[in-house]
Amino acid sequence: MSTPILERREARYTWGGDEFLFVEVDEAMSLAANFKVMTIASKLAEAGLPGVTDVCPANASLLIRFDPDVLPPAELEAAVRTFEQEAAAGGADTLETRIIEVPVWYDDPFTAEVAQRFREGFHQEPEGSDLEYAAKVNGLKDAAEFIRRHHEQPWLVSMVGFVAGLPFLFQLVDRKNQLEVPKYLSPRTDTPKLTVGHGGCFGAIYSVRGAGGYQMFGIAAAPIYDPAQELADFKDFMVFFRPGDIVKFKPLDEQEYNAIQTEVENGTFRYRQAPVAFELRRALEDPEGYNRELLEALNGM
Amino acid sequence: MACEVISPGLSTTVQDRGRPGYYNVGIPEGGSMDRYSAELANALVGNPPEAAVLECTYLGPVLRLTEAATIAVTGAPVPVKVNGEERPGWTRLALEAGDELSFGTLGGGTRFYIAFAGGIDVPEVLGSRSTYILGGIGGVNGRKLEAGDVVPIGTSETEPPGAGTLPEEFRPTFAKEQSVRIVMGLYDHRLTEAGRESLLSSEWKVTPVADRMGIRYSGPGVEWKEREQPFGAGSDPSNIVDAGYAVGSIQIPGGTQPIILHRDAVSGGGYAMVATVISADMDLLARAAPGTATRFVEVSLEEALEARRERAAYRDRALTSLAEA
Repeated sequence: MSTPILERREARYTWGGDEFLFVEVDEAMSLAANFKVMTIASKLAEAGLPGVTDVCPANASLLIRFDPDVLPPAELEAAVRTFEQEAAAGGADTLETRIIEVPVWYDDPFTAEVAQRFREGFHQEPEGSDLEYAAKVNGLKDAAEFIRRHHEQPWLVSMVGFVAGLPFLFQLVDRKNQLEVPKYLSPRTDTPKLTVGHGGCFGAIYSVRGAGGYQMFGIAAAPIYDPAQELADFKDFMVFFRPGDIVKFKPLDEQEYNAIQTEVENGTFRYRQAPVAFELRRALEDPEGYNRELLEALNGM
Repeated sequence: MACEVISPGLSTTVQDRGRPGYYNVGIPEGGSMDRYSAELANALVGNPPEAAVLECTYLGPVLRLTEAATIAVTGAPVPVKVNGEERPGWTRLALEAGDELSFGTLGGGTRFYIAFAGGIDVPEVLGSRSTYILGGIGGVNGRKLEAGDVVPIGTSETEPPGAGTLPEEFRPTFAKEQSVRIVMGLYDHRLTEAGRESLLSSEWKVTPVADRMGIRYSGPGVEWKEREQPFGAGSDPSNIVDAGYAVGSIQIPGGTQPIILHRDAVSGGGYAMVATVISADMDLLARAAPGTATRFVEVSLEEALEARRERAAYRDRALTSLAEA
């Protein structure tokens, strides 16, 4: 282990009333900040402190729920500060995780229909599509170019939440290549289930139908939240994604999308996935070169 | 044993003490909004505090008992009717097979609770029977009750307490004015001095946009500090890099209408939170009907912990009053 590369600045600690401790690792999003968050969260989860009820790692911060009748706030803060120091001291820049292929029908009719209902007063450019707007604000030629950029490089699940099982995704590319798109001017009251969306620098897959403010680019073909736990990928838990998962989107045409619908209905669909050890240092030094290596794990299946 | 749903009411759901431990994947703790009222309903019929009850919102259901049952109705003041005849709230009632239970118009507050001796016996999902509608889990098929549902009721294994009614002094009030204690923090440093002052000195009114997920208030708004937004944080000064949301936390999107997240909170998002309602006042918040005039009172973490102890002691005295009679 050479010099530590996790974010070294001290985190900011603040209380969310008498049951929550909030730890902001950084105000800005970065892979290094997210890695530090995940490192602290896993140390805290492993420690199994009595009185800690929820450990929720987010993009660049973590939220901890505790029972102050069991664990006094000062003791919790001291414990988390210790884990933070250990994380900053290095030794934890590899994440044992998995890479997953997520099939998506980009520019699909389902999100297009909903988008049509929320234009005037909701969208920055009511006359065009979300994809055309996203291409324009990122200085790309057209929607097809944006779609290519969206699925060519993989993404890291940097947080799970908002609603049950919804992954926030951060693309594993240099900051200058990161796709950034403003959210809708005003949130929609409807978003199709499995919409692949984007707001700020984050991608997302809407696990359930409902309100949402992210731009809509396509629809994922298979469930990511299955409360009935009917598909094999949900045998152990109704939520598919975990923080630290790596996602590679695979573009589909209508026929391929329909074929997957049949597999889902028959209960035979499984996500293509492979275990990988994700090394932060290499991801930061040469993202695209390292991504090629990561994708080989999936292609070698 | 069971009860048949003749008419479901506006939004009637099965709730218990909630589903802790899954907030990290976006599944909220949930459970009864007004924990105190639900717990006292259970105590009146001799149930353990973790038993599931029916939470009824504004307009109550009409239910028919398939067998004799012992029930209690607590929470917001509402006329309780058995076969059309009025019966008291906060009191243990013996119902016969075939009896019809219905309710009059709410006299304040938002929600009332029906406990059945033996508890509502729907299957547990992730350790709880609470209905989480957005995620479609818990309760009856993961949704609010519908006409024609048959709600299963368990068998009581414990004796009810000596007293059959809760003394007035232990019943909450349902006022049109509230003082809600908050701990400042999280992203309150993003407010200007004037913004902070406005939050703490203005009167805020509960809007009709209030449900199990959260409560929205109208008022004069607050002012945010201008800044160069950090990478990934969105363009409005009230935006942050998407983070976890504390239950009870106050966010003020765009600086206009504060939203307080409640039991079925979304677990995270990109709006700055500036304070959190203390655990002792979450039930109070659950009782706030639209139009309730609200003031936010800043307390320290130590004061919040003291209020938590006082609330627990008050509940224990209420439980003791039932046992000792």
